[in-house]
Amino acid sequence: MGIEILGLPMIYYIAMVAKVLVAFLFVLLTVAYATYAERKIIGHMQVRLGPMRTGWHGLLQPIADGVKLFFKEEIIPSQASTFAFLIAPLVALIPAFITFAVIPFGGTIELFGYKIPLQVAAYYDTAAGQVFDVNVGVLYILAMSSLGVYGIVLAGWSSNSKYSLMGGLRASAQMISYELSAALSIIAVFMLAGTLSLGKIVELQSGFGGFEWYIFKQPLAALMFFICSLAEINRTPFDLPEAETELVSGFCTEYSSMKYAMFFMAEYANMITVCAITATLFLGGWNGPFAVAVPILGPIYFVAKVYFLIFLCMWIRATVPRYRYDQLMHLGWKVFLPLALVNIVVTGIIGYFI
Amino acid sequence: MATTETMTLNMGPQHPSTHGVLRLVLELDGEIITKVTPHIGYLHRGVEKLSEHRTYHQILPLTDRLDYLAPMHNNLGYILAVEKLMDVQVPERAETIRIIMAELTRLQSHLVWVACHALDIGAMTVFIYAFRERETVMELYELISGARMTSNFFRVGGLSQDVPDEFVKRVSDFIDVMPGYLDQYEGLLTTNPIWLKRTVGNGVISAEDAIDFGLTGPALRGSGVDWDLRRDNPYGGYEKYQFKVPVGVECDTFDRYKVRLVEMREACKIIRQALDRLKPGPVLADNPQVCYPPKENVYNSIEGLIHHFKIASEGFPAPEGEVYQGVENPKGELGFYIVSDGGNKPQRLRIRPPSFVNLQAIEQMSLGSMIADLVAVIGTLDIVLGEIDR
Repeated sequence: MGIEILGLPMIYYIAMVAKVLVAFLFVLLTVAYATYAERKIIGHMQVRLGPMRTGWHGLLQPIADGVKLFFKEEIIPSQASTFAFLIAPLVALIPAFITFAVIPFGGTIELFGYKIPLQVAAYYDTAAGQVFDVNVGVLYILAMSSLGVYGIVLAGWSSNSKYSLMGGLRASAQMISYELSAALSIIAVFMLAGTLSLGKIVELQSGFGGFEWYIFKQPLAALMFFICSLAEINRTPFDLPEAETELVSGFCTEYSSMKYAMFFMAEYANMITVCAITATLFLGGWNGPFAVAVPILGPIYFVAKVYFLIFLCMWIRATVPRYRYDQLMHLGWKVFLPLALVNIVVTGIIGYFI
Repeated sequence: MATTETMTLNMGPQHPSTHGVLRLVLELDGEIITKVTPHIGYLHRGVEKLSEHRTYHQILPLTDRLDYLAPMHNNLGYILAVEKLMDVQVPERAETIRIIMAELTRLQSHLVWVACHALDIGAMTVFIYAFRERETVMELYELISGARMTSNFFRVGGLSQDVPDEFVKRVSDFIDVMPGYLDQYEGLLTTNPIWLKRTVGNGVISAEDAIDFGLTGPALRGSGVDWDLRRDNPYGGYEKYQFKVPVGVECDTFDRYKVRLVEMREACKIIRQALDRLKPGPVLADNPQVCYPPKENVYNSIEGLIHHFKIASEGFPAPEGEVYQGVENPKGELGFYIVSDGGNKPQRLRIRPPSFVNLQAIEQMSLGSMIADLVAVIGTLDIVLGEIDR
């Protein structure tokens, strides 16, 4: 273990690759099984069983779906703009996955005498004796989630189909409007935390019994961020871009095979990311009883919180109807945006006096 | 200088929310609808023409396939028209069972409506819940007629057979629990802010316009016109039953939704009254000229067999003349107009399908609104392409 590259011991690089693999596999598996969970949970809420045939209680369903989609015929419409049509699913999928790089999913563990923080884009500097992570983590997340919209716009435009075009238009308008409200609503959190680093924000919420969680200090911001995020990732009740009963399948009407699966994966990956961000910013991230003393508990708490939020998304989907396009815009610009601004001002005033 | 132009969008005939093979050509300015042109006929089977080549008994199965969500009610309309033409008196028990089945049909048609309407607007769970209850009605259909959708159960002069013994108890059990299920749907929809936002003020059509377009059924009553054939022009024994006729005030989709839900509750009450009236007795009129003989005669006596053969093969001659019989179908007034030249087949059979007439109002109701509103309007008109295209 004496080899050093660029002044850092080899173990750092090994750990980094391992963390990337673990985080990627976690997201990938959760994506696959979120589709299964969604079908099962909504199924049981709707007094039916959901998938039951493939494997025990349908446990192999996501794999069967994946294999099926993989072997489907690739159809590229003759009128489509081929390059954009092919690149669009990737543009949607990649930002959905790389957002996970800055989210801390656990504390710092010690391996072979080296300290490794459980966050992909972070390392422990032995000389300085502290963890360094991306100090603009939240900005990075906001930037990445804005990139995702390009995939959908491209898909809608390049398909050269009217339903796709309308879906793409709806998606771009919706994602851009709601991103503004979502970003403004979490500014209140940074005002309390005084940092943009997600690792620091989690540490600041480690107080006794979870009462330091920002959801208790900023309940309005938490609620607004979660709702705006639902809109940003096109989940019910804001699933207008792919509103089946109106636009057939919206932007992915013309897509088939693996390209369609990529949009699907992007959607679920986005959902996981949004739930992870909400858990990190408002629910104390990986914090929980004995999480510092027993580092392995950190990821467990984190995953439990993320899964709870994912369950919430599915519950919402089983309960509410869909908004109309103009009502959605009204809600975004005339309700959430002013509320977020008021929240910032109020937080500022209270913060000044306390 | 940028110029704007409208977009033509072809919606259907294969589209998730056009409730069958309806094709709408939309002119869109952004998402705002400036013109709606319905194109119909994708499900045309020529029912009216076919009827001219069938005896009066043989036409009955064709009527099952008009509004396939309310087969018994279509049967009832046709049977009543023929009975009017032939002047046949129906036994009390048959009449009561017909009303039970007609109201069960109303329930199941409205259940499919609430399911699809909710699904169109995005509420997926109500869809499954309503289909669960519809399944019970389907099982009752199967119990008495052997078929789930194309029941073909009524006969000129009564019913094809008496109902099994368990029928009364199963219907009674079902209408006991049904209001609770309706409360479930209402809990998910009626006070849901998103549902209210989508339905209140959507698809408004004034009472005058509704009458001018010839709307009938819940679409008419939702606009505040108090008109129900069951009460105002009773047929098939409806005059013996007490029920309320709900009407709307705001003429919008939400009012039509409320009207239909109240109708479902009233249907349960009518079935309860009918079950109380149900007495043992014959289910087929004693009129050998027109009616089939009882099955045991057919199987056990040569006279019965010949009688059955004659009715089945050449039917019965109808007196020369014309009759019209309108019934209050779940979707509106279903009318059968029969012209007889004295033969055993109608010279002309004209069907007045409620969905066909109601569909006219679609442009009026959706002009200037968005695609999502149009989907809600299609749902609230409750059209079935089987009877539009016939």
